[in-house]
Amino acid sequence: MRSRRVAALLALSLSTTLVLSACGGGGGGEAADGGAATVSVFGTEPENTLIPGNTNETGGGKIVDAMWDGLVDYSADGTVSNLVAQSIETTDSKTFTITLNEGWTFHDGTPVLAKNFVDAWNYTAYSPNGLANASFFANVAGYADVHPADENAQPTAQTMSGLKVVDDRTFTVELSGPSAIFPTTLGYTVFYPLPDSFFADRAAFEQNPIGNGAFRYESRQPNQNVMLTRYDQYAGPQKPSIGGVEFRIYGDSQAAYQDVVSGNLDFLDTIPGSFLVDDLYKTDLPERSGSQPYQSINTMSFPLYDQRYSDVRLRQAISMAVDRQAIADTVYSGSVEPADGFVPRNVPGRAENQCGELCTFQPEKAKQLFTESGFTGPIELISNVDSAINQEWMQAACVSITNALGAECRFVPVPTFAEFLTQRDQEELTGIFRTGWIADYPSIENFLNPIYRVGGAANDAKYNSPQFEQLMARGDTAPTLPEAEAAWQEAERQLVKDMPSVPINDQSAQFGWSERLQNAQLSFRRELDLSTVTVTE
Amino acid sequence: MGRYVLRRLLQLVPVFLGTTFLIYMLVWAVPGDPLAGKCGARACPESYVAAVEAEYGLDQPVIIQYFNYLGNLLTGDFGQTFSGISVSELIADAYPVTIRLAIMALLIQSVIGLTAGVLSGLRPGGYVDNVVLASTLFLVAVPVFVTGYVLQTVLGLRLGIISPTVSSSASWSELIVPGYVLGSLSMAYVARLTRTSIAENMRADYVRTAVAKGLSRRRVVGVHLLRNSAIPVVTFLGADFGSLMAGAIVTEGIFNIRGIGGLVFEAIQSVEGVIVTGVVVLLVLVYLLVNLLVDVAYALLDPRIRLD
Repeated sequence: MRSRRVAALLALSLSTTLVLSACGGGGGGEAADGGAATVSVFGTEPENTLIPGNTNETGGGKIVDAMWDGLVDYSADGTVSNLVAQSIETTDSKTFTITLNEGWTFHDGTPVLAKNFVDAWNYTAYSPNGLANASFFANVAGYADVHPADENAQPTAQTMSGLKVVDDRTFTVELSGPSAIFPTTLGYTVFYPLPDSFFADRAAFEQNPIGNGAFRYESRQPNQNVMLTRYDQYAGPQKPSIGGVEFRIYGDSQAAYQDVVSGNLDFLDTIPGSFLVDDLYKTDLPERSGSQPYQSINTMSFPLYDQRYSDVRLRQAISMAVDRQAIADTVYSGSVEPADGFVPRNVPGRAENQCGELCTFQPEKAKQLFTESGFTGPIELISNVDSAINQEWMQAACVSITNALGAECRFVPVPTFAEFLTQRDQEELTGIFRTGWIADYPSIENFLNPIYRVGGAANDAKYNSPQFEQLMARGDTAPTLPEAEAAWQEAERQLVKDMPSVPINDQSAQFGWSERLQNAQLSFRRELDLSTVTVTE
Repeated sequence: MGRYVLRRLLQLVPVFLGTTFLIYMLVWAVPGDPLAGKCGARACPESYVAAVEAEYGLDQPVIIQYFNYLGNLLTGDFGQTFSGISVSELIADAYPVTIRLAIMALLIQSVIGLTAGVLSGLRPGGYVDNVVLASTLFLVAVPVFVTGYVLQTVLGLRLGIISPTVSSSASWSELIVPGYVLGSLSMAYVARLTRTSIAENMRADYVRTAVAKGLSRRRVVGVHLLRNSAIPVVTFLGADFGSLMAGAIVTEGIFNIRGIGGLVFEAIQSVEGVIVTGVVVLLVLVYLLVNLLVDVAYALLDPRIRLD
């Protein structure tokens, strides 16, 4: 009798706790003011404060991009169209007259005026303000006055001479030389406008950022989430149907993946590597997952500051020793394409098959070149091992190199990304190291200039070739886009000859969503397209 | 007793200074530039680096940074992360969650562990004893992250009984499974400790006396035997509470609990020294206070133990 009562009590309490815990998940489905539901999206803690001039990484970038709209917009395939700008006109690709559309307002109700762009750009470029994205304005006339190349020099001006406000809706930009690509770049985060309240009190603004996009800042619980709600006075052509977005902060994508499968989280833009194996995620998320190439490339770079890698035959031998197709098939289950150039597919202005046979697996030829180069010592491939599947593909490349060249290839792990970056920036990486690039804006230029030009923000191989510089400069200053693209393609062919890095594969993104979402698509920036996604209760 | 407690509390001061100093130095010895990765794949521009270094005093020698930090700490200011979030706010958000998780783990391990230990200790070599010994052996042998992932996948993903992760409110009911995972290892130790202690004291004179006096079995076991056998277990549980809070990194990572463990882990990875120091300082304080409580509990359990 007694034991039966105890058992019944136990069973009761157990089942209530189970029911309670099942309800306690919190799927982020609370209806917002407008009645439309909020979508919860995988996020990571932003590295910097949430202002455009200071955001250059994905955690904060996602949130900033949802809160702001730029002069132009990119569609998922990289087509550029005007957004806040009504027109961007130029006759010489050096001076641009930018006219804004009417009706755009910031979330505090103030209109988006020409001076909001000019002020924001000047503020970002001015070196004492110390913003992370200052270098994007380097080709605006007068940049050197506000941001001297020498870090100890004082700027001689507060504003760039190339930016002039004509009237409320018009401003002009004068560049230091012609640049046909300039209008394309204007959709990037760093070119977003800032309202007057930012300049009045930056600290207060950082606590409560105000943008001009489809979603306004609602609240933030550090290390937990950032909530945005729909901005109903949004002037853009595509008004979102969802009521808001919750960027939920996760320590890693593993837990987020579990949440998406069980309907606790609505969208995850990175399926963790262990679930990509054998396409496991497609079974876990039937009809609820997608795979989409995006404008990004995986490469391995040579430390050209190390004399041992100065022989181009060695670099070409390594390139031909990597079986790209095998890596794409085994490590990525066929979801990526082997690279055939330094610019991934679908990037505007790209030429097909630039790398040709130098990026094709040819063990005999590779071995012959390798022997000729006289390289001694083991070949080392270096990567951080704390994220994504970098380790897996680099190890696969190592096996392929060992088999093809008959020389020992070693994978050297670096525990954390921070450590890897420090070693890289201090030129301490003395083996072949992992590099990669995701487009800031859709153009072949973005895959060449920052990575291979002398002084480029991501020229980690320290590549320095006068011929390449010359060709790039010709492209950068060409008056029309087709002429510029032709020059850039020629510059890419020079890259192929010099092989400062080895292109491995074009990247593709695997993503998953909950049963509540429809029309889940990736935007150009590999984020959930918030304007087209819909949600059911 | 009062003097003893006071003396122990005063001892916290040098320990506090020593640990903060050590932690601060260690954190800055971690390889990796704190500003690396702040600018995505690009290297950060010099003007940005200079501005941040000036704002956070990173351009000064570490020892001066430490004293500045300590000065601010004494006024209750834990500093700011590089993304402009106040560390005290982060800690205030994360601490209650971790304490709840640790209490849940402590409850689970003491209730289940003590019960299993008493049951098996009363009949050493019996059926229950063998079951407890085998199952605790299993628990000790399986790493926490295996238990965690298995429970999360089976209960959460396949059966749908629990939510695979804990929401930001982290209610008690949500913390049952993570608490079990976190406490499972110690639960095995508690069971084994209790078992040995009970089995040993069963033959003690005072137990024989109590039985001879004609006391009921429940009173003999519940009051005389358990109270005397509990001292090693209480010592263990006390020390464990501190390590539960610090050791929650794995469990918090699996269930995405936004508590202290995950906070410290991510802060170490991103070289956010202020967070690491702030959290660890508090952990040290909790650890010391809990140990003080344990010592006081000794005197209550066994009046022969005098503390001063």
